[in-house]
Amino acid sequence: MDAATEQFPPSHGHEAHEPHGSHKAAHHDPGFWRGYIFSSDHKVIGIQYGMTALLFLLFGFFLMILMRWQIAHPGEPVPFLGPLLEKILGQPAAGGVISPELYNSFGAMHGTIMVFLGIVPLAFAAFGNYVVPLMIGAPDMAFPRVNMASYQAYFLGGVVMLVSFFIPGGAAQAGWTSYSPLATSIPTHGQLFWIIGMVLLITSSLLGAVNFIATIIQLRAPGMTWMRLPFFVWAQLVTAFILLLAFPPLEAAAIMQMMDNVAHTSFFLPTGLAVGGKLAGVSGGGSPLLWQHLFWFLGHPEVYVLILPAMGIVCEILATNTRKPIWGYKSLVYSVLAIGFLSFIVWAHHMYLTGMGTEISAFFQATTMIISIPSVIILTCLLISLWGASIRINTPMLFSLAFLPMFGIGGLTGLPLGFNASDVYLHDTYYVIAHFHYVVAPGTLFALFAGIYHWFPKITGRKMNEFWGRAHFWGSFIFMNLVFMPMFEQGIKGMLRRMANGGANYSAAVVPGAIDTLPGSIMQLHTWILWAAVALGIAQIPFIVNFFWSIRHGEKVGDNPWQATTLEWQAPTPPPHGNFAVPPRIYRGPYEYSVPGHDSDFTPQNEPEIAAPAMPKAPIPVH
Amino acid sequence: MEIPYTVEVRPDTGIYNAKLGIWLFLASEVMLFGGLFSAYVLLRVGAEPGTWPHGWQNVALGTTNTIVLALSAITTLLAWVSCKVGQFGRFKFFHACTLLLAATFLCIKVVEYHEHLNNYEIYLTNGQIADGQMVENDPKHDYLIITGREVTDESALIDLRSQKYARETTFQIPRSEIKVMQNYGPWHNDYLALYFTLTGLHALHILAGSIVIGYLWGPGRKLWKTDPARFTNRVEVSGLFWHFVDLIWIFLFPVLYLT
Repeated sequence: MDAATEQFPPSHGHEAHEPHGSHKAAHHDPGFWRGYIFSSDHKVIGIQYGMTALLFLLFGFFLMILMRWQIAHPGEPVPFLGPLLEKILGQPAAGGVISPELYNSFGAMHGTIMVFLGIVPLAFAAFGNYVVPLMIGAPDMAFPRVNMASYQAYFLGGVVMLVSFFIPGGAAQAGWTSYSPLATSIPTHGQLFWIIGMVLLITSSLLGAVNFIATIIQLRAPGMTWMRLPFFVWAQLVTAFILLLAFPPLEAAAIMQMMDNVAHTSFFLPTGLAVGGKLAGVSGGGSPLLWQHLFWFLGHPEVYVLILPAMGIVCEILATNTRKPIWGYKSLVYSVLAIGFLSFIVWAHHMYLTGMGTEISAFFQATTMIISIPSVIILTCLLISLWGASIRINTPMLFSLAFLPMFGIGGLTGLPLGFNASDVYLHDTYYVIAHFHYVVAPGTLFALFAGIYHWFPKITGRKMNEFWGRAHFWGSFIFMNLVFMPMFEQGIKGMLRRMANGGANYSAAVVPGAIDTLPGSIMQLHTWILWAAVALGIAQIPFIVNFFWSIRHGEKVGDNPWQATTLEWQAPTPPPHGNFAVPPRIYRGPYEYSVPGHDSDFTPQNEPEIAAPAMPKAPIPVH
Repeated sequence: MEIPYTVEVRPDTGIYNAKLGIWLFLASEVMLFGGLFSAYVLLRVGAEPGTWPHGWQNVALGTTNTIVLALSAITTLLAWVSCKVGQFGRFKFFHACTLLLAATFLCIKVVEYHEHLNNYEIYLTNGQIADGQMVENDPKHDYLIITGREVTDESALIDLRSQKYARETTFQIPRSEIKVMQNYGPWHNDYLALYFTLTGLHALHILAGSIVIGYLWGPGRKLWKTDPARFTNRVEVSGLFWHFVDLIWIFLFPVLYLT
């Protein structure tokens, strides 16, 4: 007997939890400021997160285009954008040329923005905020005002990061990993801004994570037992736990790096540190390895923060569009829990080359191989779910289907990096870049696009245009692969990352006769990648236009256009403040598609067990 | 619209929302301080033998502060119990005590910080090292006065546990004889960097907790009249945070003062 059902006798449970004046609240107009800017409604906050994160993704993409130009054409002025850059950033972009310092800034900020201001807020905060309370049948998040504060901290963190481009010396230059002592030795204030921005973003994640966990544990509707939760909710729960527990050590590290910067401590500065050929004059005794440990203690779980919500989204969309239950729901749930746990003990596989010792390397190599098992289980379950299904092809489904092989490539190419011996060769090459971009860009990002196309009708009451959605998909799919596939080749041939001139000084053209130089064919790939990236940018135009056009002009649809079973589709469209007209009650698992003997091929979670086939699909039976 | 379980307990989880929220928050706090403590362990284990300081703290003040925080934990608990049994007058009394104890803690902390920051290590041109509290450092004079001692080797300043009663005198040092001078701030060495960072962050937590408790004690007490159950929950949640901050001190005290 499940406790959640037991505590709500159907006879009077609804009255007991009928929110006082919920209908009044639903029609109450809070005005522009309270309604859209300082809203505590989870749906508005989800949209705020989503829009802000999409803008940051676009901005991070532009940084990347500029870097790709510099890599392919080192020292040449950027066409079109060059004069603008010089006007905005001044000296570092003199003559419209991206200086090596500016390249370093762009590199550090591209990583920071894409991870902390783009993907995480979109995957976790935006989708989580909008969808999770609806999926579990809650009226809102457990702490609506904390939720608002979470977005505000995120926004402020983003502003600090953006402002840092315009301070003297520009933004942080030490890579998104900000390794000390490099990060402390660069004599500009960019790193300080980075740290302050990160502390704000960490605060935002912390508030969000507490809120999500409390919401999922406390606000599940009556009957929504743990094994009836949609997989997306499980993924978000585990993600929230990772954020809750992995981010604070980075905050601790950020505090210590700030002390190194401001109070001239030596947490990460070793004895006898010399900068620019001179003794740095620090007390010393610090450990650069300490920073790396603390950074990657967040950094690696962060990878799962990026990927788990994406897997959740893909799972929902596959279930809806295969019209059959997800294969191995329980395996998925236990796998995601296992990933959540294991993600905390794999971090040092980023540090094989630091000289931390072979025993430690061996340990982390073992855990890294172990964590690939639950990841493969999840991917396999999703793949097998397609077997024998009458698959409905639409834009969200195309993106979800593409996610599977793309994430597969990203994951499998990670194995040589997880092994100590092969990583020694591949470490810090373009191979690594190709690997993690396959996980995050055509992997996570495709799932996020799928999610946008999938839930757009719930948010606006209209579908996005299908033709332009497919144009967006095929353009993205082709050019994404053209951008990242050549990088594997470049990396295997030994091209290092983070070089402002794209490795020209190691090329056969510049140092003929030296051994193991980069051949011209490998250098030539830079140009290909540049134009593939530009084309990838152009392929996003249909999405942007489609997105805004469809808000007003898309095809009008009802509450449940995909005929899905989960609760968010049983709510009114768009869901009003407080979400459900009547508090829902849950009678079944999340993926009851094509149940034999049922008159429709989907059975919503809130449809009662005893319901006659003629029963209308009302959100909740009122006894 | 009303969020369920803001005040009453959800039967199957046995907890109300805010209590779960604060426990989750404290879990992340454990990881935050855990990161800093692991830095302590790594830096201490990695330090050159014989360079890690011992006995640099005023144990009497530290012990006093430990007792102060322990007492504040008791008053915090009693304040919550008073709310539970409906004795609002007692609540006000006990939390007034908590706030006073918190203020006492912070004052003692300031005294300790001052002792460190006013302590100078001065390398003299004759190879000696003078070490002690700055008494007078007037830029108009060509000398300064400290109360402390002179040693010939830096290692004599590392382990002070056995030198508690080393003879201290007040003496002048001509500025022309000073090679390098540095006070015992966080920049001085890793031990002090950890000391200032850890206790500073802890003091910020004390301050934050005091503000919350001060709010409940002051303007926030209006809620008692309209919704005593909810008010009691707030007192409980803020109390949980306070106990956590006390607990952090219980770890900080031996790690920084006694070893």
